[in-house]
Amino acid sequence: MWPPARPSWWRGHALVAWVTRAASPGLPRPPHGRTLRAAGESWGLSRHYSSAERKEKVDMSRFPVENIRNFSIIAHVDHGKSTLADRLLELTGTIDKTKNNKQVLDKLQVERERGITVKAQTASLFYNHEGKQYLLNLIDTPGHVDFSYEVSRSLSACQGVLLVVDANEGIQAQTVANFFLAFEAQLSVIPVINKIDLKNADPERVEKQIEKVFDIPSDECIKISAKIGTNVESILQAVIERIPPPNAHRKNPLRALVFDSTFDQYRGVVANVALFDGVVSKGDKIVSAHTQKAYEVNEVGVLNPNEQPAHKLYAGQVGYLIAGMKDVTEAQIGDTLYLHKQPVEPLPGFKSAKPMVFAGMYPVDQSEYNNLKSAIEKLTLNDSSVTVHRDSSLALGAGWRLGFLGLLHMEVFNQRLEQEYNASVILTTPTVPYKAVLSSSKLIKEYREKEITIINPAEFPDKSKVSEYLEPVVLGTIITPDEYTGKIMMLCQARRAVQKNMVFIDQNRVMLKYLLPLNEIVVDFYDSLKSLSSGYARDKAHTIGKTICERLKDSLPRQLFEIAIQAAIGSKIIARETVKAYRKNVLAKCYGGDITRKMKLLKRQAEGKKKLRKVGNVEVPKDAFIKVLKAPSDK
Amino acid sequence: MTLPGARAGAWAAAAKVAQRRRRAEGAGRSQSPVTASQRAALYVHWPYCEKRCSYCNFNKYIPRGMEEAAMRSCLVTEAQTLLRLSGVHRVESVFFGGGTPSLASPHTVAAVLEAVAQATHLPADSEVTLEANPTSAPASRLAAFGAAGVNRLSIGLQSLDDTELQLLGRTHSASDALRTLAEARGLFPGRVSVDLMLGLPAQQVQQGALPAPDPELAAEMYQEGRAVLREAGFRQYEVSNFARNGALSTHNWTYWQCGQYIGVGPGAHGRFIPQGAGGLAREARIQTLEPDSWMKEVMLFGHGTRKHSPLGNLELLEEVLAMGLRTDVGITHQHWQQFEPQLTLWDVFGASEEVDALLQQGLLLLDRRGLRCSWEGLAVLDSLLLTLLPRLQEAWRQKTPSPVPG
Repeated sequence: MWPPARPSWWRGHALVAWVTRAASPGLPRPPHGRTLRAAGESWGLSRHYSSAERKEKVDMSRFPVENIRNFSIIAHVDHGKSTLADRLLELTGTIDKTKNNKQVLDKLQVERERGITVKAQTASLFYNHEGKQYLLNLIDTPGHVDFSYEVSRSLSACQGVLLVVDANEGIQAQTVANFFLAFEAQLSVIPVINKIDLKNADPERVEKQIEKVFDIPSDECIKISAKIGTNVESILQAVIERIPPPNAHRKNPLRALVFDSTFDQYRGVVANVALFDGVVSKGDKIVSAHTQKAYEVNEVGVLNPNEQPAHKLYAGQVGYLIAGMKDVTEAQIGDTLYLHKQPVEPLPGFKSAKPMVFAGMYPVDQSEYNNLKSAIEKLTLNDSSVTVHRDSSLALGAGWRLGFLGLLHMEVFNQRLEQEYNASVILTTPTVPYKAVLSSSKLIKEYREKEITIINPAEFPDKSKVSEYLEPVVLGTIITPDEYTGKIMMLCQARRAVQKNMVFIDQNRVMLKYLLPLNEIVVDFYDSLKSLSSGYARDKAHTIGKTICERLKDSLPRQLFEIAIQAAIGSKIIARETVKAYRKNVLAKCYGGDITRKMKLLKRQAEGKKKLRKVGNVEVPKDAFIKVLKAPSDK
Repeated sequence: MTLPGARAGAWAAAAKVAQRRRRAEGAGRSQSPVTASQRAALYVHWPYCEKRCSYCNFNKYIPRGMEEAAMRSCLVTEAQTLLRLSGVHRVESVFFGGGTPSLASPHTVAAVLEAVAQATHLPADSEVTLEANPTSAPASRLAAFGAAGVNRLSIGLQSLDDTELQLLGRTHSASDALRTLAEARGLFPGRVSVDLMLGLPAQQVQQGALPAPDPELAAEMYQEGRAVLREAGFRQYEVSNFARNGALSTHNWTYWQCGQYIGVGPGAHGRFIPQGAGGLAREARIQTLEPDSWMKEVMLFGHGTRKHSPLGNLELLEEVLAMGLRTDVGITHQHWQQFEPQLTLWDVFGASEEVDALLQQGLLLLDRRGLRCSWEGLAVLDSLLLTLLPRLQEAWRQKTPSPVPG
């Protein structure tokens, strides 16, 4: 509903020029281990290449710049971006038409489970149109605001985008944010109205919205159903006809944009690059404009969507490059690569990763500290946008304070720890970084600077020693049926937000833009928005107290004594729930044939009990902490 | 393999005399002179039922053209094979369970008992129980089972409410049940037990899909039921077993005391040391589940054992703990020592803070007799075990540090 774009810093009520964007050089992606490659083969990498032929290098010189189109698909979550990508891959013979082609570009388990794309992926499609062989590079982008820097970098490698909108839901906040990213990058936008096969689809209404909000004539919209394949071929034609070829020149010296990078245990960093000028091949000496480090290129190739080595990559093309970089921080997203001794003007827009959401992470059991430590180290190897600081808490013991690009990024990281490393952790309420301009000369001496950044609430300096605090703000877009406008405006006001814009996008839907302090929205803003539209409002403290008590009640298992859960402000109890004691917990019948099963069950439960944390006498499952600290989005 | 009728009755006839003598002397657990690994209880599974009951998840089948003679012969063969394998000298109880074993012919029961008596020592006063269903067991039939050697009946009453019985998919009515009970008490005085269920859902439930009982209500009924039975002079000798006049089930007691037992018949479970094959460790054994495949295997190999896995010492101790605490006696120090001569109950549980908390709460008792649940503790035993089992595992690890070579 509200993707804020561009976090920036806010001083009082005035917007400060100190603008930052969350950057994400290597976002999570599993290492390109053997398993992954094996899985790739089962997708049927291509009907055109047998596995023997596949080892042969592709000659990319047969694709001159005018036969290349670089494009992205952008969409609100769930509007069908990945499904459309699958269809395009099938149509061009890149993957087989099998039932298993569900979101081929989404490689991570969390991506497939949640139906979101965390990690940008790329695929080169070979397509014959009017007798000419075209190279269409589809650069898939992450579908979430946390990764908007990644989106913007991916877009800078493109000349056009497919803006996918759900024919039923119409324009959503993420659609708007993505459109403006593309618009600012001066890309050709092809609006695609998807899911026209749905019962409640209303493509005409969506056409009008697109005309109103984005000023694109309604006859330019392509109406499709990616799910059943209706009209998808016409998209490929539109890509060729409406998106210009890249403005690139083979004869100029090499200028390549790193728009993604991953870490491979065996080969080091694999950087995804877009060539703006020149040629690159194995053996070339290249330099990173950001680090000034030099490397020798070991391998170049195209993504199909799996890696396929090529002799050379030429201007206008998109592919991967391996050059002995040992760490993903050496190939940061947005960096420019050029040939040794032939420096070029770096491409604009490079930013280092800037985490905007911080949370404490602790092992459920302190004995697992070292295991968790090594799991975090391994995972950050592939995701340099996560920052790690050691931390300790009286209640939770030794742990870390981790910095993430956003809440989803945090959840994804946590989920991957659990799924891929079997780690169980306690995550504390997320906070945002603050800045403080110090007034005490003693403190300035101590910190060696006047303006400090605080990522841990426990380290917040006292206001007597500070002349000014600064906090990050975001520009948020909210799209809502107009009957809720009043309530939403009140909510935003209560959250110290400043309205920037308000437009009716059709007869009964309003688009609001607000500058919001990130701190006000990081935990439960989305919940509050949703509860507004379900007409539910109550005294805030009472509501929160009640909710937390209820959540605890639902997540605490029954124990051998009664547990009273109370929410209090000072000494005043504002809410209470009770978890009754077990009165009976014993398997009724247990004879010879039941013993094996019974012992198995008991031992499993005893194992589970070890994972509980004791607070006083009460055993608390790990997810109870998370449920209380985090605002679930499904309520 | 069939046995001549006269021969089949021989053990049963001798047993009759012995039982009369035993009753006159008063019931009491006979302490046998043979050691624990030389005795076993025997479970015989009859896998067939007239129809499926909605609540039952036992291994049972509706017979289709089943030949009882073949089934009988296989039960006899497997009993012989497994008894030989176990090397036991004495079988102290036999239990015919199911399924609905009262659907089998008394002749089958007699044949199995005779085979046991031939293969090993089956004392004349051994407890021989048959599970019976009210409808499949008219008085004449019950008497015939008695003549075959059965001396204790376990009747699947389940409920005395016709609506509930219908809901459960039982074939009998409350009055059928009461009549059968009266007849059984006449035929097997002092040696009849009944099964009753609690926590049954309300009546307007669709057939075939019984919801789980409401835990609060089930707890209430359990406590109420225990209190009523105690008032009526019943001893609660196990979590869900109550007996008056000392009429405990010897056979089931063996399970909770972790004695050896041999399981015969499709899907039957066993726990014994295969001494006949030179085995030293107790094994958990399970027979092939599906009757037809089981029969084929028995005919081919003499038994239908599908799986046998040795139980480690710790595993066995875990069972001693979890099963022993189900009884009112709990685990006596002597009992524990039979399984673990080095670590005492005090060593394992005496110094643990968590266990101490349970003792303080009055849920558990650890004293000169041993370790056992209090009246309140018994109802929440599974929660107690979640503290006790990890404690035992920890004590075991400390006792046996990683093996040192040499």
